[in-house]
Amino acid sequence: MTDNKFLVGIYDDERVVLKAVEKVRESGIKIHEVFTPFPVHGLGHALGYKMPRMGVPAFLFGMTGTVCAFLLTFWTMGVDWPMNVGGKNFFPFPTNIPIVFELTVLFAAFGMAFTFFFMEGLGPTVKPLIFDPRSTDDKFIMAIDLGNNISVTEGVISDTLKDSGAIEVNIKEV
Amino acid sequence: MEVVSPIREKLVTGNKSYHDVTVDVCRHVEDEPTKEWKIAFGVSLLVLAYGSFWLGKTWWEGLGIWGLNKTVNWAWDITNFVWWVGIGHAGTLISAVLLLFRQKWRTSINRAAEAMTIFAVLCAASFILMHMGRPWLAYWALPLPNTFGSLWVNFNSPLIWDVFAISTYFSVSLLFWFIGMVPDLATIRDRATGVRKTIYGALSLGWTGGARSWERYEDLSLILAGLATPLVLSVHTIVSFDFATSVIPGWHTTIFPPYFVAGAIFSGFAMVQNLMLFTRVVYKLEDYITLEHIGLMNKIILVTGSVVGVAYITEFFIAAYSGVQYERYAFFNRATGPLWWSYAAMMSCNVLSPQIFWFRKMRENIVVSFVIAVIVNIGMWFERFVIIVTSLHRDYLPSSWTYFTPRMGDIGDYIFSFGFFFTLFFLFTKFLPVINMAEVKAVMRSSSEMKEEPKKVTA
Repeated sequence: MTDNKFLVGIYDDERVVLKAVEKVRESGIKIHEVFTPFPVHGLGHALGYKMPRMGVPAFLFGMTGTVCAFLLTFWTMGVDWPMNVGGKNFFPFPTNIPIVFELTVLFAAFGMAFTFFFMEGLGPTVKPLIFDPRSTDDKFIMAIDLGNNISVTEGVISDTLKDSGAIEVNIKEV
Repeated sequence: MEVVSPIREKLVTGNKSYHDVTVDVCRHVEDEPTKEWKIAFGVSLLVLAYGSFWLGKTWWEGLGIWGLNKTVNWAWDITNFVWWVGIGHAGTLISAVLLLFRQKWRTSINRAAEAMTIFAVLCAASFILMHMGRPWLAYWALPLPNTFGSLWVNFNSPLIWDVFAISTYFSVSLLFWFIGMVPDLATIRDRATGVRKTIYGALSLGWTGGARSWERYEDLSLILAGLATPLVLSVHTIVSFDFATSVIPGWHTTIFPPYFVAGAIFSGFAMVQNLMLFTRVVYKLEDYITLEHIGLMNKIILVTGSVVGVAYITEFFIAAYSGVQYERYAFFNRATGPLWWSYAAMMSCNVLSPQIFWFRKMRENIVVSFVIAVIVNIGMWFERFVIIVTSLHRDYLPSSWTYFTPRMGDIGDYIFSFGFFFTLFFLFTKFLPVINMAEVKAVMRSSSEMKEEPKKVTA
């Protein structure tokens, strides 16, 4: 892996970092990522990220659950071993609603969560790249990959970060 | 974006900065356990050990050591099961339903409430295993092929719906709890060194708190809350079907699902109230769990307690109005028969005692809140006892009429569940963050007293 050099701007207020993101992007600098201790509303929009669509995997996995549960109850009760209970239908639809509902929720929740872990590259053995350990405490960290910003000099980026309200600007080599 | 509502009290007091929140919550995980914790944990372990003896005896000797008889063939075991499942409803309700309703005050209590849910559902499940008598055949409740030794499970049976409902509820609650904890585990990881860093590093899954991760994370949490909300309502609905689909007078009523759900929320909030009042003192978290939180919890206890009261009265009225003599007798016998005292305990604990919360002074009084929450939990236990035992002890055949007296087996197994619950809860309060730091920090600016640091903003 090639050595990457990052400039790390450290902010101590989410309102400042929100304005800073806009300012830094306006000056043509590409931001690698902003790390915050809690979700800051509007930050994704300011960074130009698309709206997250976790509902898509939730729906697809949920429908898988619905179909699996229906096939399970239908096949066992209606096909493989039909039981005659007082001459009633082998497969009465209403009594299968609870099972179908529960399995729909189960599949949707776990399918969506594991999709999220997969998309974010999260896992118990993952060694995260931490630009500054204070980003999970009380600081808001803006990381800028110098390799992605060849047209702008390091000094200009550093000054832009400081102008936008960063309390510190550090260099991190990965 | 910074709207300060004048109607609401501050959610976090004491002029905290974001760093103070981290320190206040992580302190308990990082420091040596306090004396109070050691005592409480030691007592829980003793209770668990005593209960485990009775659990072992139940499985060794069989269900004969319980006080059941041919007429009253369900008693404490199912009462305890329904009671614990009910308690297990508050956690997901607080995190999921209050998240959908944008109630910011949930942030200080949701983590502990979710933990409570998970432990309570485990306690409930332990009674199913006990009642099986032969717990090594518990897998018969799963839909396994005929060739495995028994027939397919009968999907027409509400007991099978229970298996699915409770295991789904447990799994999804566990997932919701864990996902909510990932950012906080990362906070602990970044402060830790050595073995603790490795363990919390693995648990936090490599979370860094990037803006894109947070966007997806929030979307995920919202959808999980949307999925968990109908799930919470479904679980106690299905538990109530265990009774409502039978033809026993006193059980065979259509009011059961909403009535059980209201009761579940009621008892769950009471248990959360007890645990929070305890935690805030032992862990010195008075700035996070304020009188405002306690008052809001008590309002929900008041509302749900009254809903349950209306359900009791409706049930009685419908029994009288139905013109079915067996139904009428079941209810008349409930209130005036040999088990009248349990009915009286249920009515006074559940319907009358929470009415004290009409007064703000009482709602925000810690001692009153604690005592009422304990009374509500006792009352809700009696509610299940009343429904189960009084409906069974006088059935269609007067020659089988009898009375139910618990034996040490019943009591010992109930004690087991308490030991199990509190042991798990104290382990949780020691090793995991009891307050959701990320969520508290996210609502602090808009709805709390907050330390403003001097700014050198040039923008």
